[in-house]
Amino acid sequence: MNDIKKLALEIRIEALKMMNHYGFGHVGGVLSVADAIAVLYGKQMKYDPKNPKWDGRDYLVLSKGHCGPALYSALAIKGFFPREELLTMNKLGTRLPSHVDKNKTPGIDMTAGSLGQGVSCALGIALGLKLQKKDNMVYAIIGDGEAQEGQVWETLMIAPNKGVKNFIVMLDNNKQQLDDFTDNISPLRDMRQKAEDFGWFAVTVDGHDVEAINNAIELCKASGKPGFINLNTIKGKGWPAKEAISNNHAFRGPAFAGVDEVINNLQKELEALN
Amino acid sequence: MNKLVKGKIEDIELTRAYNQQLIALARENPLIVDVEADLGNCIYGPDFKKEFPDRYIDIGICEQSLSSISAGMSITGMIPFCHSFAAFASRRMCDQNYISCAYAKNNVKIIASAPGISAGDNGGTHHANEDIAFVRPIPEITVMDPADSAAMRWAVKNAASNFGVYYIRAERFKYNRIYEDDFDFAIGKANIIRDGSDVTLIAEGSLMVNTCLTAAEMLAEKGISARVVDIFTIKPIDEDTIVKCAKETGAIVTAENHSITGGLGSAVAEVLCDKFCGVPMKRIGVPNRFGEVGLPGDLQKIMHMMPEDVVAAAEKVIAGKKK
Repeated sequence: MNDIKKLALEIRIEALKMMNHYGFGHVGGVLSVADAIAVLYGKQMKYDPKNPKWDGRDYLVLSKGHCGPALYSALAIKGFFPREELLTMNKLGTRLPSHVDKNKTPGIDMTAGSLGQGVSCALGIALGLKLQKKDNMVYAIIGDGEAQEGQVWETLMIAPNKGVKNFIVMLDNNKQQLDDFTDNISPLRDMRQKAEDFGWFAVTVDGHDVEAINNAIELCKASGKPGFINLNTIKGKGWPAKEAISNNHAFRGPAFAGVDEVINNLQKELEALN
Repeated sequence: MNKLVKGKIEDIELTRAYNQQLIALARENPLIVDVEADLGNCIYGPDFKKEFPDRYIDIGICEQSLSSISAGMSITGMIPFCHSFAAFASRRMCDQNYISCAYAKNNVKIIASAPGISAGDNGGTHHANEDIAFVRPIPEITVMDPADSAAMRWAVKNAASNFGVYYIRAERFKYNRIYEDDFDFAIGKANIIRDGSDVTLIAEGSLMVNTCLTAAEMLAEKGISARVVDIFTIKPIDEDTIVKCAKETGAIVTAENHSITGGLGSAVAEVLCDKFCGVPMKRIGVPNRFGEVGLPGDLQKIMHMMPEDVVAAAEKVIAGKKK
């Protein structure tokens, strides 16, 4: 778990650096999903950085594709491409666009950006693998704002109905969308219960407790059903001044003021774990 | 005029031809899957399901998922043919076709049945009069409207063996055979199926290709020599043949089972513009209006898509030629 905690800190550090360097990024959601991604790439997923398309790999679709920086950090740290390349994010001709693109970045399994589609494609991947009797795991991460998209509910309906097993959807439930807190726009209410009613094995965990997240994944895998993990997260987690304040969806330019100190503090936390 | 059928031979429904060819291919290739959104019974789906129960995936009435799930399946190496009525396959899952399939560069074949006015008595909500307009602008997509069963079989085979996003219209009414089974089709190649020198009738799909052949005979009785071209693929479109016909005949009428906005007519006009080949041109198709219930024959009349309408347009464009 110590290694996963370190990875989560490193993901936050690299992601903040790259977004600050470019001057724009979806900081809130990038920070809230860092721990889940650390569990996936630090422990759970099978992959080969030298062979990103290895057919024995597990798949991840970051359906909330605007949080690309979180995933790019993990991929760079794990050796899919050089860390220095992270600073090219969003520049013209980059391999690292703001929203994940499978045709540009080594290690990205599916393009996402138009919310609700990625998780639906992930179900397609799971169905395709099931047909071919392969047992690779397929993960998808959605946001709580994204869960307002109807296509997410189509996915929730279909997966259990088609007997899909090796499929885990994680909801980064960080309580805010772009315009406002999710509860002020269209509350999701009890997502865990809803997923369970749809036929999923569904659990709620603290989305910043890597051990709890890891255990949740193990429970899902053992359940014989598709798994739904409702991650209770804080938008902006890791940047104390921005945690859970309103309008922390995306930052541009001056909003990054103070980020260097945040990065320093995260760096100190990382050193303390070493 | 090589390998064109002589005389009038009734064809089977193109939905039937599609299904038969898909089954034949699925026998050879275990990666081919048929993905349906509760309209499988409208395209002989049960025949596919009977032979390949595992590879027939009916996800229910959710077209957006139809497109994205197919995209996801293709990532694992499967070759999904996903189907709905053209109205839904284009409008209802527009963003999914664009992003999940085309932008993400996935290998998905979208089959669009009951195109244009052939949605008939399902009425205006089901008429796909603008589906080509919705899909044509999508980059890197191949858009086809096979005019008979030979063309359909070729289209399905080509789609199965070439990577990329395909949108293939599948007519469900019977018209006449045009091509022999071994006709030499190609993507981006229009077929001149009747030669002529006074005007070119460029048509798309079985309804209007047959309508133009009838119109050409009516024009012949008036002493007018009409060339008939089956565009076959609207994207990529055969620019060379369009330019050649414009130069050689000097006047064009386009005819499509589709709105005159955004489909074949628009595409041909774009080519003539780009190539500085402006000639008098008129577009026959659904005028910019909604559909309504009616038998295709009746609808063809009220939408002014009859052979007489093609004839009248041909006479107008001929009259418009510069002396």
